[in-house]
Amino acid sequence: MNKIPTAVSLGLRRGGLEIRQFVRQRESVVFTLLFPVILLLIFGSIFKDTIAPGVTFSQYFVAGMIASGLVNTGFQALAITIPLERDFGALKRLRGTPMPASSYFIGKAILVSVSTLIQILMLLGFGVIFFGVEMPSDPTKWLTFTWLVLLGSTSSTALGIAFSIVPKSGRGASAVVSPIVIILQFFSGVFLVFTQLPTWMQQLAAIFPLKWLTQGIRSVFLPDSFATQEVARSWENEKTFVILLLWLAIGIYFSVRKFKWERD
Amino acid sequence: MAAIEVTGLTKSYGSTHAVRGIDLTIAMGEIFALLGPNGAGKTTTVEILEGFRAPDSGDVRVLGFDPRGGGHAARQWRNRIGIVLQATSDSGDLTVSESIKHFSGYYSNPRGVDEVINAVGLDEKAGCLIRELSGGQRRRLDVGLGIIGNPELLFLDEPTTGFDPQARRSFWSLIKSFRNDGTTILLTTHYLDEAEALADRVGVINHGQMLEISTPFELGGRSSAQAVISWRDGDVIKTQATYNPTSFIGTLTSQFNGEIPELTVIRPSLEDIYLKMIGEAHE
Repeated sequence: MNKIPTAVSLGLRRGGLEIRQFVRQRESVVFTLLFPVILLLIFGSIFKDTIAPGVTFSQYFVAGMIASGLVNTGFQALAITIPLERDFGALKRLRGTPMPASSYFIGKAILVSVSTLIQILMLLGFGVIFFGVEMPSDPTKWLTFTWLVLLGSTSSTALGIAFSIVPKSGRGASAVVSPIVIILQFFSGVFLVFTQLPTWMQQLAAIFPLKWLTQGIRSVFLPDSFATQEVARSWENEKTFVILLLWLAIGIYFSVRKFKWERD
Repeated sequence: MAAIEVTGLTKSYGSTHAVRGIDLTIAMGEIFALLGPNGAGKTTTVEILEGFRAPDSGDVRVLGFDPRGGGHAARQWRNRIGIVLQATSDSGDLTVSESIKHFSGYYSNPRGVDEVINAVGLDEKAGCLIRELSGGQRRRLDVGLGIIGNPELLFLDEPTTGFDPQARRSFWSLIKSFRNDGTTILLTTHYLDEAEALADRVGVINHGQMLEISTPFELGGRSSAQAVISWRDGDVIKTQATYNPTSFIGTLTSQFNGEIPELTVIRPSLEDIYLKMIGEAHE
C-alpha cells in the first residue's frame, strides 16, 4: 500500500491546477489583471499635479495601485470565486476526497502569488514608462518591497479565504465584496492623497491593511523626503509589518476554523 | 467486519426530525439501495455516513471508522471511500482527462486514468472541456471521479438522474462490474427498476424511519404476494388474483385442454410494493 500524498505536494498540484483554470477563464484574467492597469492609465493621465517637491500624483497613484493589486488578486478574487465554487458543489466534492483543506489553501496562495507578481510587473512597467516612477537603487528598499509583497499577498489570500464565508451565494459575492474594496481604496489613499482626507476617514482606514500597504509601497518608490508628508511624518514601516501580521493571523484563524465547504 | 454499521441514528434540523432512529448494517461487497420519497431522510442519512454531517445521536461506523473523526486518520479513511454526490457542476475549465488525472493524485492507490475514462465510456470525450459535455456525460465524469481512488466503499447518490434509457443500461453494467471487483456500494435512487437490477438488498426509508430491509424480491412480502393471471376466454380477457398460480394454471390447462390463449402471470413489481409501503406509512 502506497502512502497518501503529503498536504504540501497536493498543495503544489492544486496550485498548478488553479493557474490552469484561471488562464482558461479569459474574463477573469482580463478583470483581475488588466483592470488595475487600465485604471492606472486613466487616473495617471488625468491627475498630473505635483503634490510635493519632485513627486507627482501619478507616482503616488502607482504606489497605491500596486498595494491595491495585492488586495484585488488576493482578497477580492478569492472572496468572489470561492463562493462560486461552493455553489457549483466543487468544494463539497473536494471535501469528500483525501485532499486536506491545507492543500486547497496552498493552491489558492500559489494562484494569488503568480497573479500578484504579473500584476506588479505590469503596473511597475507602465509606471516607469509613462508616469516617471523611478526604480530604487538602495537594496534595503527592495528588501522592504519583498516583505511587503510577501506579507501583503499572504494576508490578502488568507483574508479572501476567510471572507468567502460571508457572501450567501456565488451570484451575490461580487456585490458584497467589490464595494468594500472600492471604499477601502478611497479611504486608504489610493485614489486620493491620504493626508487630504478627513481625519475620521484616515482613522477608519488605519484599522485595515490597505492603508498600511499603500504607505509601505510609497516608502519604496517615492523619495525619502516625502516621508515628512505622511500622517506620522515618517514611513512607519515597523508598524505596517505588525499590523499586516495581525491581519494575517486573523485571516488564517477564520480560514481554518470557519471555512464553508457547502452552501447552507 | 461490516462495511457500514449504524445503530440508533437520529438527526434533527430545528423542529424537523429528519432521521428518527435508523439501524443499518451493510456487508462488505454488498450493493445496497436506499429507497424513499424526497424528504424521507435518505440524503441526511447518507451524508452522515459520508462525514458531511454530524448525527445528533447514534453509533456510526463506516469501514470501522467514525466519519466525524478528523486528522490523518480521516484522510486515510477518505482514501478508501468514493463519493458521487448529487448534481455537481464544476466550472468546467478542465478537460475530462485533466480532471480525472488530477483527482487520481489525491489517492494512494488510484486506478489508471485511461482505465477509468474507458470504464465510464468517455474515451471519445477525454480531451474535451467539461463545460462541453452533455448532462449525462457530466454524470459519468462524476462517477469517474468517484471511483478513481479505487474505493472499497462507493456512495452513489441518484447516479442516473437525467440519463436516457440506453445510458442507464450501460451505467448499470458499469456498476455490476464494480461488484465483481468486490466494491461495496451504497446507492440511493428514485428508480425502482434500478434498485431491482443492481441491489442485493434494499431498504425503504420514510419519515426518517427504516420501514423494511429486504432483498428486492422479498420486500413487502412480494415473493409470497398474490399473482395476477389473465387469459382470453372467447371474446373477453379474464383475470384472477391467486396465491397459488401454478395450480390455477393447471386447472386452466385442463379446462382449455392444452394451450391457454394469451396467458400472462404478473407478480407485483417492486414499484407496486414500494408505493404500497410508502402509502401505508402516510396514513
